Amino acid sequence: MTTRVFSSGIRRREDPRLITGRASYTDDIKLPGMVYAAILRSMYAHANIRSIDTSAAAGQPGVIAVYTGADTEGALNGLPCAWLIPNSDLKTPAHPAIAKDRVRYVGDAVAVVVAETRYQAEDALEHIVVEYEPLDAVLNPKDAAQDGAPQLHDDAPNNVAFTWAVAGGDADAAFADADVTVSDVITLPRLIANPMEPRSAIAQWVGATGELTLWNTSQNPHIARFLTCVVTGVPEHKIRVIAPEVGGGFGSKIPYYPDEAITAFCSMRLGVPVKWTETRSENYLATTQGRDHIEEVEMAATSDGKITGLRTTVYAGLGAYLSTAAPGVPTILHGLMYSGAYDIPNISGTIYGVFNNGTPVDAYRGAGRPEATTLIERLVDVLAAELGMDPVEVRRKNLIPKFENGHDVVTGLTYDSGDYGATLDTVLDAAGYSALREEQEQARGEGRLMGVGVSTYVEICGLGPSQVAGAVGFQGGLWESAIVRFHPTGKVNVMVGSSPHGQGEETTFAQIVAEEVGVGVDDVEIIHGDTDLTPMGWGTYGSRTTAVSGAAVTLATRKIKDKSKALAAHLLEAATEDIEYEDGRFFVRGSPDQHKTIQDIALMANVAWDMPEGMEPGLEASAFYDPPNFTYPFGAHLAVVEVDPATGQIDLQRYIAVDDCGVQINPMIVEGQVHGGVAQGVGPVLWEGVVYDESGQPLTGTMLDYALPRADGLPDIEVQSNTTPSPHHPLGVKGVGEAGTIASTPTVYNAVMDALRPLGITRIDMPLTPEKVWRAMQDARNGG
Amino acid sequence: MKLKVPVEITINGKSCSGEVEPRQLLVHFIRENAGLTGTKVGCDTSQCGTCTVVLDGSTAKACTVLTVQASGSSVTTIEGFADGANLHPLQEAFWNNHALQCGFCTPGMIIAADAILRNNPSPTREEIRQGLEGNICRCTGYQNIVRAVEQAAETMGGG
Repeated sequence: MTTRVFSSGIRRREDPRLITGRASYTDDIKLPGMVYAAILRSMYAHANIRSIDTSAAAGQPGVIAVYTGADTEGALNGLPCAWLIPNSDLKTPAHPAIAKDRVRYVGDAVAVVVAETRYQAEDALEHIVVEYEPLDAVLNPKDAAQDGAPQLHDDAPNNVAFTWAVAGGDADAAFADADVTVSDVITLPRLIANPMEPRSAIAQWVGATGELTLWNTSQNPHIARFLTCVVTGVPEHKIRVIAPEVGGGFGSKIPYYPDEAITAFCSMRLGVPVKWTETRSENYLATTQGRDHIEEVEMAATSDGKITGLRTTVYAGLGAYLSTAAPGVPTILHGLMYSGAYDIPNISGTIYGVFNNGTPVDAYRGAGRPEATTLIERLVDVLAAELGMDPVEVRRKNLIPKFENGHDVVTGLTYDSGDYGATLDTVLDAAGYSALREEQEQARGEGRLMGVGVSTYVEICGLGPSQVAGAVGFQGGLWESAIVRFHPTGKVNVMVGSSPHGQGEETTFAQIVAEEVGVGVDDVEIIHGDTDLTPMGWGTYGSRTTAVSGAAVTLATRKIKDKSKALAAHLLEAATEDIEYEDGRFFVRGSPDQHKTIQDIALMANVAWDMPEGMEPGLEASAFYDPPNFTYPFGAHLAVVEVDPATGQIDLQRYIAVDDCGVQINPMIVEGQVHGGVAQGVGPVLWEGVVYDESGQPLTGTMLDYALPRADGLPDIEVQSNTTPSPHHPLGVKGVGEAGTIASTPTVYNAVMDALRPLGITRIDMPLTPEKVWRAMQDARNGG
Repeated sequence: MKLKVPVEITINGKSCSGEVEPRQLLVHFIRENAGLTGTKVGCDTSQCGTCTVVLDGSTAKACTVLTVQASGSSVTTIEGFADGANLHPLQEAFWNNHALQCGFCTPGMIIAADAILRNNPSPTREEIRQGLEGNICRCTGYQNIVRAVEQAAETMGGG
């Protein structure tokens, strides 16, 4: 008997190497003869480059080479954007790896030094003389889209990269006929993803074979290989990308960056391995950021709280260039989610993607969905206040009723399954909601500012059907593949194209294989993150790894089981249809003693001494899984806060998360994903946000200035879950990587606004720092 | 910067010597000269704690100590925490409690947690959270790290 480990919180097999310091991340790798690159970055947000003098730098100790944009011209193609959303008049201005004539953000690469040591490379940067002609800069995405704003790209008038619309029903009529309408302006600050591991790349070019190996901090090594081919011109089959241990990504390690192209270029020029690793300050300038939305939103409803319409105008900052997936984030992953967990019959939204003189913006955990959920959930609270209703009651009135196999919303999506009311009930029970409201009443009587915030969310995950990917302009597929290989001893290797980097799928996928064919979980090893060793896959993001890649593992393992059944029938001299399977054993129906274990089968298939006619030797199967639909996890979260009336300090006292991510394979890992997700979504409400000065200089340039959630700022998160299987997934799995981040931003924001309601305060831009809250309270008390 | 200074540091009980620039950071000596890459560089400004090591019995952020300052000292890194195949109780507790995801902050986090327990064998949950304030984890929301420290406190005889 094997131990049943499916749906069990077994310890992760990833951990022993990580807790002992034996894991190897990119920057831990040292190759013979390796040299070091450091990149000079623009100190201006917007400037023309008049001249670059590298002669002094070239003479510095240890310096091997100095390259500028003039050197890479013709050798490196521009960086491509890989999500070309249709019907949006999308502009794709040139994005050179090294800027030659003009820089457009603080952090734009200007030159690269290669030296024998990293210290020498960084020293030499200071000897490069760049003469700039500074230009006016613009950061606010709405301001950037106005006439007269500084222009970043000649081919993008008014800095508008695209104008994308979503519509369903007749929103204008809904607003004209509405009993009540409410509006708000919601600002979602620019966020820094902050994986603890900075980005790094090592390029090793071998001229004799024409092969380029790139070790890279990537969430999607196969996409990195494809884009390395596009940018360097090295054919795809001559490129090997290895994402070794990767220390978190949260979206920021999806894009293909100038830095890895530059590192590859240096190795190809010099014929030696070259390593580049960013500093944290460099990460804050040159690694893609998230959000940066200004959302002008309004909701229409009946007088008894039934929502009849939603209209939005959104200015989404894109930074200075289009990053790899940037256009899809504030559109496909945002606008299509405007119905939220509700039946909103009339929706219209216009999203302007706007260039500004900041670091490029791309997917960051949740990617478009926190921005959508925040605007919907905030408006529901504003509507409730307008109507004098409890915000929970407004939600109950509008939640989509339980459904098991498909529900259409007006934006064109078909949600897979849901029981939204159940998660709301669970969270209210867990919180003791009515008691909380009584406590709040009493607190208000004592002059204390206590607030309760709720949000009910649904997210689009498990990206996704490749046909849809193509229809929405994603320049790739979204399927995953897996190879399951049984060795003669019955041990198993599984090769997957996805590339987990903290999410624990080395454990989760082993649990799947163990469950499907009855091998011990420790007999299964998962191999990922190396394009030479693994089959094609599109990567780890969008809560898709267990949902999509895990389905491929499941289907491949089921093929193993089918073949095993046929081989067992042959060996037991029975018909295949008479073979039954139970717990790792194949036996003739009615005679369980006459059996072959999966290990027996693995040995016999591999030695192939006695195979049935026509059956190939070996016990190996591959599967490609292209999901028929997205998955739609959902849930309800609740937060309790108290605001200090004297200082504006916010105390997050309780946080309760109830999520339904379908079937859970490892509940311990699921809970960990919720904890981390919630912390990341609370961050921008209370602490996080990039600040630029008027000239475009980032003022939040280090971890001293950009406030991240720390251990002493968060309460214990109370986690519960429900299980509504996805009807179209082989295991009923939906995905959970982003749930916490999507739900927690509106939950905590609503809680703080609820606390401040007695003062008449209805909006403060995030992050809600004590100073901003204090000022809002002062203004309100002074009759603001 | 041509001047080099001889240094000798005992790392995990083993003597490591070399000639280094006076400006070299201890974290780079540990990673580059001693070849122990479990100690990470996360922020360069002593904010994140991924480079935390034990220096002569106290925790130090090795990105903010010069190698020459540590010459003659004794350093313990994450590689020195397990006793052969026997994990340190904190390592075991981190594993049991899913106190890590990507693992990059983990070496520093375990060493910071060890300092908490050395100073206070039976910390309250609040004291653990305050004690971990100098180490950033972006994956776990800290909750399971706090649980792990509580469990380790129990197995180590405090709790």
